[in-house]
Formats: sequence, structure tokens, C-alpha cells
Amino acid sequence: MRHLLRRILFYLAAVWASVTMNFFIPRLAPGDPVQLMLGNMEKSGVRPSADTMLSLEASLGVHSSDPIWVQYFKYIYDLLHGNFGRSFTNYPMPVIDVLNQGILWTIGLGTIAVIIGFVLGCVIGIVTAWKRGTIVDSALAPALTFLYAIPPFWLALIVVYIFGFTLGWFPFADGYDTTLNVGLSWDFISSVVYHGFLPALTLVISSLAGWMLVMRNSMVGVLSDDYVMMARAKGLKQSRVLLMYAARNAILPNIANFALALGFVVSGQVLTEIVFSYPGIGDALFLAVQQRDYPLIQAAFLLIALGVLGANFIADMLYAALDPRVRIDRSA
Amino acid sequence: MAELFPSQQQQQQQPIGQVEFTQLGAKSFGERLGDGLKAVWHALTINSKVAAGSVIVLIFLLVAVFGPVFVPASANAISHNGSLSPSSAHWLGTTSLGQDIFGQLILGTQTSVLWGFFSGLLVTVLSIVIGLVGGYFGGVVDEILSFVTNVFLVLPGIPLMLVLASYVPPGSLTIALVVAGTSWAFGARMLRAQTLSMRSREFVTAARSNGESTARVIFYEIFPNQLSLVAANFVSTMIQVILAFATLQFLNLGDSLQASWGGMLYWANSQNALLAGQWWWFVPPGACIAVLGAGLSLINFGIDEVADPRLRSEPKIKVPKIKKAVA
Repeated sequence: MRHLLRRILFYLAAVWASVTMNFFIPRLAPGDPVQLMLGNMEKSGVRPSADTMLSLEASLGVHSSDPIWVQYFKYIYDLLHGNFGRSFTNYPMPVIDVLNQGILWTIGLGTIAVIIGFVLGCVIGIVTAWKRGTIVDSALAPALTFLYAIPPFWLALIVVYIFGFTLGWFPFADGYDTTLNVGLSWDFISSVVYHGFLPALTLVISSLAGWMLVMRNSMVGVLSDDYVMMARAKGLKQSRVLLMYAARNAILPNIANFALALGFVVSGQVLTEIVFSYPGIGDALFLAVQQRDYPLIQAAFLLIALGVLGANFIADMLYAALDPRVRIDRSA
Repeated sequence: MAELFPSQQQQQQQPIGQVEFTQLGAKSFGERLGDGLKAVWHALTINSKVAAGSVIVLIFLLVAVFGPVFVPASANAISHNGSLSPSSAHWLGTTSLGQDIFGQLILGTQTSVLWGFFSGLLVTVLSIVIGLVGGYFGGVVDEILSFVTNVFLVLPGIPLMLVLASYVPPGSLTIALVVAGTSWAFGARMLRAQTLSMRSREFVTAARSNGESTARVIFYEIFPNQLSLVAANFVSTMIQVILAFATLQFLNLGDSLQASWGGMLYWANSQNALLAGQWWWFVPPGACIAVLGAGLSLINFGIDEVADPRLRSEPKIKVPKIKKAVA
């Protein structure tokens, strides 16, 4: 119970810290976003009025006349009321709507990719641990070391080049066929799957090495335990010993990683989304950074941070629930 | 994804040569530094993985330092010979602006490796200072520093870098600062734990009762004992930092005129090298990052085997733990 309380307190404090950072980073950085926006407007030939400046300040939450702590509490008040301001680039669309458009794409693509990567990685990990010392195992190790170090965005470029461009098997931009109407029709759904294939493939390949490595190493450890030997000595079928005795325990670290990976869905696939121009949160964040759309940047980062913090919390709890030892020695 | 699966070394709480170092309180700083370096050299040569990885890294280092001497200054300059295929004059062809890709690759190696090294150093210094100070003082100081460390540990790295880089003016130095500011937490947590276990040892008490200043106790008495741990951690930091650097350059948040691996990929992508089928433009920079990264990971995996006898014996047994924030 004490452990749970400590963790909850820590995560609450971490949420507060990320909100606070989100507030201070733009204010500490050189250059005032409002002045920058006004400058951009003047360049494009629009003469900003005093009202424009005030409304810009309001939408940014920058009330330069207020003392900083008043601004800070206003910011938190706005956040608690779900008021993230309006996007500059999609003006006057509220930021929250822009993110709502992206979130389903990101979560859909990421969740499927994580599940496929997890299952594949665990299965390959179990097989290589079982076949330890054979060709299968020793050939995979160096290949994985290389795979581990490949920059994910470069992998995405190579995948686009091979499967999208040279072979022409799959489309490599957008989340669906933009000539179709968005809806629950068969055509639309199949185009979503078709368009999502390459991004998902990239995500699966770049995560595979991690899942596999953890599973294999954990499996190797468990296989030398006495109870596995006992199970074998009882004459149980190999597949039963492998799956019901060894793998069940060895998968523990990966289960917690799985919860983490779901939280990292948004953060981890930012670059993949950018390369494939996939209409998710990551792409939205990148476009916002390019166009200095500060309200959108702030909201997107906060969303991503909350996702990661939430997933960390779940992973913590899951681990404590699955492994009683954690509850005791982590509170020390 | 990489942040989910820290390499084995990072989880290793026991530093190499821990045993030899416990009785070193009486030796001078120089002697201990020598011992630390000896331990590192020992680790470099004892294991085949470490040796292979070191050779790869050494080649990149040599290219980074001496390569640009052999590259004509005009390599990165714009010329009329755009979009050429590989030939004897241009080994990897030219970009759409007529820059020699092989020359850019060599110049890029220098930028990427040296800036990677510099930011890796920054990260290491930050984690040493925060980890050692927190671990040594304990109490409120430690509570605050640990909290900050744990928060940075769970914050999403790439989005945070993107956000930071969007507010500061672009350039290699700012990227280095952004990368350092977002990557120090893991090392700091590890060194804090190590310092915590060391602060009540006899040699520390002796130094303190000799009237040595706090800074001297921390950085001259305790720190040299952690040198091997720091060196090993530096290797994994380098992998992370080089990747982060390339990522930000690929997103054009760095110095877009300077040749660099990530920058080359940015230009290749934005000039549609993929559609034009110019694989010689976008394959080599990524391959360089991957090979250098693989070399560094080899060193890392090898160091694990040296540090932990269980991993060395056949069959290799690795017991992974999960990287998680501990309050």
C-alpha cells in the first residue's frame, strides 16, 4: 500500500513538472512567440492591429501585462478546463480539435504495430533461447546488434524506397486513399490497412530486436531453473515445458515493457509518422514545430508526456502485481 | 523504441573492477586514475566483442580526425554536375546540387562523430555532477535531485527535443545542448546509487576527517572509484547521442549548411532522392550511423561479459531487468 501511494505521489508530481516545464520553456526561450507571429504576419502582407496582438496573446496564454505567477495559474486553470487555445496554422480551429484528428491514427497504427512486434519478438526470443548455441541463435545475434543500432527514420526511408517506390507494392504517404470518403465503408477500411502497412512494418522491424533480446535473455535464465528441470524430468512434452513452465515466467519483463511500449506509441513513432506523412500526432507535432505553431506544440507535447507518464504508472503497477518481490524491495 | 530497451550494460549496477577498487582509499589520485585506465584497457582487449567494436569505432574516429584532410574543400560546394551516379570521379555520385556525396560523407563523419563525442561528454559531466552530489549529500538535496532525475527519465525524449529545438535558434551547439539536457538522467541515477554505497566507506570518512573540502572528497576521492563505470556508461551514451543528433539534423533543426549524416538524409529526403532512385545518396549516411552504433553496442555487450562472469560462460545467461523510474 505504501509502495502504491509513493508511486501515485511521484506520478502526480511528474505530471505537475511536465505541465510546469511546458509553461516555462516558451517563456525562457529567446524570442517572444507573439512578436514572432506578428513578424510573420507582416511579412505576408497583413498589417496586424492592436486587437490581433491581444487575441494572439490570449490564444497563446501569454498575458504579458500580468506577473508571471498570475500567468502560470491562468495557464493551469485553462488546462484544467480543457482550453488549449487555438492553432495558428489551422486558425481558428482549437488545438484540441487538431489533436483529436490525429490521435486515433496514432493510437491505431501504434497499438497494432506494438502488438505484432511484441508477439513476433517473444516467439523468436523463445525459439532462439531454446535453440541456444545452434546456427539459428549465433546467426541472429550479430544481425540483431546491427538492427538495434539502425536509426528508425532511416529504416523508414529504406522501406519506402524498396516497397513503396521500387516495387510499388504499397502507398507511402497519407493514412488512407484521400479520394475516398471517410466512413465505415469497406473501401475506406481496406485503404487504411493498405496505407498503414509500411509504417507498421517499419515500427515492427525497429522494435523487434528489443523484444527479442529481452525475451531470449530472460528465457535463457529461466530455462536453467530447477523447476524447469523438474518438469522435464517428469517427462512432460517439450512444448508444454517450454510454453507453460518456462515462457510463462520469462515473459514477465516483457509484459511490463509492453505497457511501457503502449505509452511510447506516440513518442516512439513520431519519426515514422513524419517520413510517411501519416496523419497522426507525431506528424502534427512536427508540422507545428516547423511552422512555430506554439499552442499546438505545447498541447501535443503535454498529450505525449501524459501518455508516457500514464503508461509508466501502469507498467509499475502491473509489475508490482505480477511480481511480489518488487513491492518489497522497491520501497526501500 | 530504443529507450525502452536499455542495453545490458546500462542495467549493470556493478562496475568493472569493483572488487579491486574497494581497498584503494590510500592510493593517490594519479595512481587510481592509472588503475582506472588500466581497467579500461584491460576491458578493451580481453573480449572479442569489445575488440571488434573498438576496431569499428577506431576506424570512424580516424576518418573523423584525418578524413577531411584528404577531402578537397570543394566537396560540399555546389556545382553544375548535379545528380550524377557513382563514378571514379565521384565515388558515391553527387547530390542534386552537385555536391560530392563521398566527400560529404567524410566531412559528415567528422561533424557527427565529434559533435556526438562532445555531447556525450556533456551528458556524462552532467550526470556525474548531479549523481555524485545527490548521492553524497543525501537528505533534501538528494530528494530534489532524484526527483528531477526521475522526471527526466520518464519524459518522452524525442518530443521533448523537438519542442526544445523549436524554441532555440538552430545550430550544432544548440542541438548538443538540447541532446545533453534530455539524456543525462539515466547515468545520473546509476552514479547516485553507486555514490550512495560509497559515501560511508572508510576512505571517505578518513578524507573528511582530514579536513578535505566537500568538493575534493566528492570529485577526488569518490569519483575516481567510479571511473570504469563512467567510461562504460559513456559508450552507451554515445550511441544514444549520435542517434539523437542525427534525428534532429534529419528534421532540419540543426545547421543545414554543414555536412552531417542526419543533414545528408534530410537533403536526400527533401530533394526526392528516393523517387529518383538515388540510393547512393540516402543509403551511406544511415549505414554509417548503424555501423558505428553497432560497433558501440558490441563494446557495450562485451563490457557486460567482462563485468559479469555469468554472461561470459557458455551458455551465455543474461538476466535483464527493466529500466524504470524509482522514486
